[in-house]
Amino acid sequence: MNLADLYLQMARMRRFEEALGELWGNGLISGEMHLGIGEEAIAAGVVAHLGDGDAMALDYRPTPALVGRGLDLRSLLLEMLGSEDGLCRGHGGHMHLLSRSDLAFSTGIVGSSAPMAAGLALSAERLRPGSIAVAFFGDGAANQGMVLETLNLAVVWNLPVVFICKDNGWAVTTRSSRLTGGTLVGRARAFGMPAVAANGKDVRSVWKASGAAIERARRGGGPTFLLLNCSRPRGHFEDDPLVRVVRHPRELLEMLPGLVAKARQQEGGPWARMRSMGAMTRTLLRMAIDQMVIRWDPLPRAARRLPADIANGLAERARAEVTSAVQAALAEVGT
Amino acid sequence: MTRLDLTGAIDRALEVAMGRDERIVIIGEDVPMMRAALFARFGPDRVRGTPISEAAFLGAGVGASLGGLRPVVEIMFVDFLPVALHAVINEAAMVDTLSGGRWTAPMVVRAACGGGYGDGGQHQQARWGMLSSIPGLTVVVPSNPRDAAGLTLSALEHDGPVVLLEHKLLSSFWLDMVAGWKRPGVEIDVPVDGMWGELDEEITAVPLGEAAVRRSGPDLLVVSLAVGVHRALQAAEILEAEGIGTTVLDLRTVSPLDGDRLSEAAIGKRGVLVVDEDYGPFGLSAEIAAVLAERRVAIPYARVTASGVIPYAPRLERLHMPEVGRIVEGARRVLGADGGRPEPAHRADM
Repeated sequence: MNLADLYLQMARMRRFEEALGELWGNGLISGEMHLGIGEEAIAAGVVAHLGDGDAMALDYRPTPALVGRGLDLRSLLLEMLGSEDGLCRGHGGHMHLLSRSDLAFSTGIVGSSAPMAAGLALSAERLRPGSIAVAFFGDGAANQGMVLETLNLAVVWNLPVVFICKDNGWAVTTRSSRLTGGTLVGRARAFGMPAVAANGKDVRSVWKASGAAIERARRGGGPTFLLLNCSRPRGHFEDDPLVRVVRHPRELLEMLPGLVAKARQQEGGPWARMRSMGAMTRTLLRMAIDQMVIRWDPLPRAARRLPADIANGLAERARAEVTSAVQAALAEVGT
Repeated sequence: MTRLDLTGAIDRALEVAMGRDERIVIIGEDVPMMRAALFARFGPDRVRGTPISEAAFLGAGVGASLGGLRPVVEIMFVDFLPVALHAVINEAAMVDTLSGGRWTAPMVVRAACGGGYGDGGQHQQARWGMLSSIPGLTVVVPSNPRDAAGLTLSALEHDGPVVLLEHKLLSSFWLDMVAGWKRPGVEIDVPVDGMWGELDEEITAVPLGEAAVRRSGPDLLVVSLAVGVHRALQAAEILEAEGIGTTVLDLRTVSPLDGDRLSEAAIGKRGVLVVDEDYGPFGLSAEIAAVLAERRVAIPYARVTASGVIPYAPRLERLHMPEVGRIVEGARRVLGADGGRPEPAHRADM
């Protein structure tokens, strides 16, 4: 493991995501924007094991993995700026970043990266022996029927696929723990595949766990499920209303009288009233805690294990690379 | 009178109906947050958040309706409905026939639809045409808050499954959620008259299957729905200046299609133009031509539709949407000497 390389990748991803957030905030990127800030250790640790012929099926936070896989930053930026020189000639946008030459496919439909990866793995087995496919999806996606069906299919077909579940604890605006029966590791094991939980905020831990799983898949040993925890400090998407309310309590105060008035009319009586107000309060508190927790960030954790001057140098290199790509892309679209 | 956006109007109608009818429950992803007011008033037993499991909770919604409840199942975006379409196609829409008319699935499937804010191909589809091709399904797509509230009441009283689509460009709620529409530099062509409306204290039900004439003129009939109605009304102003008088028919319900009002409005006109944000071939625009032909209304026909997968870049997206310029051109085409010539290909680069 080369921690300096992994840290450089994470720094490139982080700077790239921050640049996307800024471009979106300035109205230069349209539609929704789901950033992968908080997922860098997972993307870097997994992608470090991929090579030619390996495939990635990604969700709607695809950019960290694509940056780590070495896609041209300018081409990614131009795509999101809507240029015909972008990766998908301006037709895809950030949720639909598709690269045939990299065998990378991202999708906006929750959970659908799992069956996609299974099919990519099948093609690898037939056409590119020794190659594998990786599926990235969140803990919220793990309740989709197609994900569970794919876990089974991957086992019975012994596919060279690794399922990377990025567990940030949320399904859009709902805590996953309130929506998920049993445990995700237990579910995957029940289908007959090894399932491992590792620390998704520690790139070394991700690197080790995913390395073993990918090696196993390459050797024909079949699928593995990895549960990697992480944080989602910016919410589900940019300008997430829950984050907004938590950061600007005035917005909450403006909403509150309306909600209290509705709750006072509540047909279900005091017990139901307590349950609905309690559920809302819990969600907001949890989001507030997520906002305040300082140990969410995988970057300093990796940087601390490197000599300070080296870490700073790598961070600076990443910043310079992303800045120059952003400037080049903006110049090209004439902004 | 309360001023509400289209989403607020649907929520208001739901609140009224839920207050009267205990059987109505809301099921869907993130509804405790998205329908916070209803969640506060009716509690977690009647406003039920779900996992991201469309096939499970839509299928369960069908079962709940068969068991006597009146579920409103929210599929966040109509683009996600394909994940769960079996329950709609093979169950909800068929049970009436399969049971010999002895059992029905009275439920509402509510979803946001439509594009024009740069969210790309998997989040901006219209899909009302595909859904309307399913026998047994009613599909409503309101163009303004008043109709939205009225159609919601009717949908909740209907004895079978109804898909209720709310166009995101008519919803301040959705544009806040997914478009960041108040960011500097973001230009979304919002039809203000379609987004905001005054609602009376007492909501008037709008019957399912009834189209409405929004403007009358002697020369051209434009048939449209949702955002297209507002684009058509704008185009009609431009055409008026050229001496072309336009009637704009707002379908409101796609299926069952209001063939009577459609043919009545077409008779005597010099041409009919369908303005449909859904895909062109094999959909609503073709159905309208078929209905007119079956009723022996001989009239030049043209259509302005989204012609393929919706591209992401705003510049390309605008070319794809039935915008005012394309409607005006379409009108000139259908009324011109070569009336009926298909719209020239307008995809930018493929």
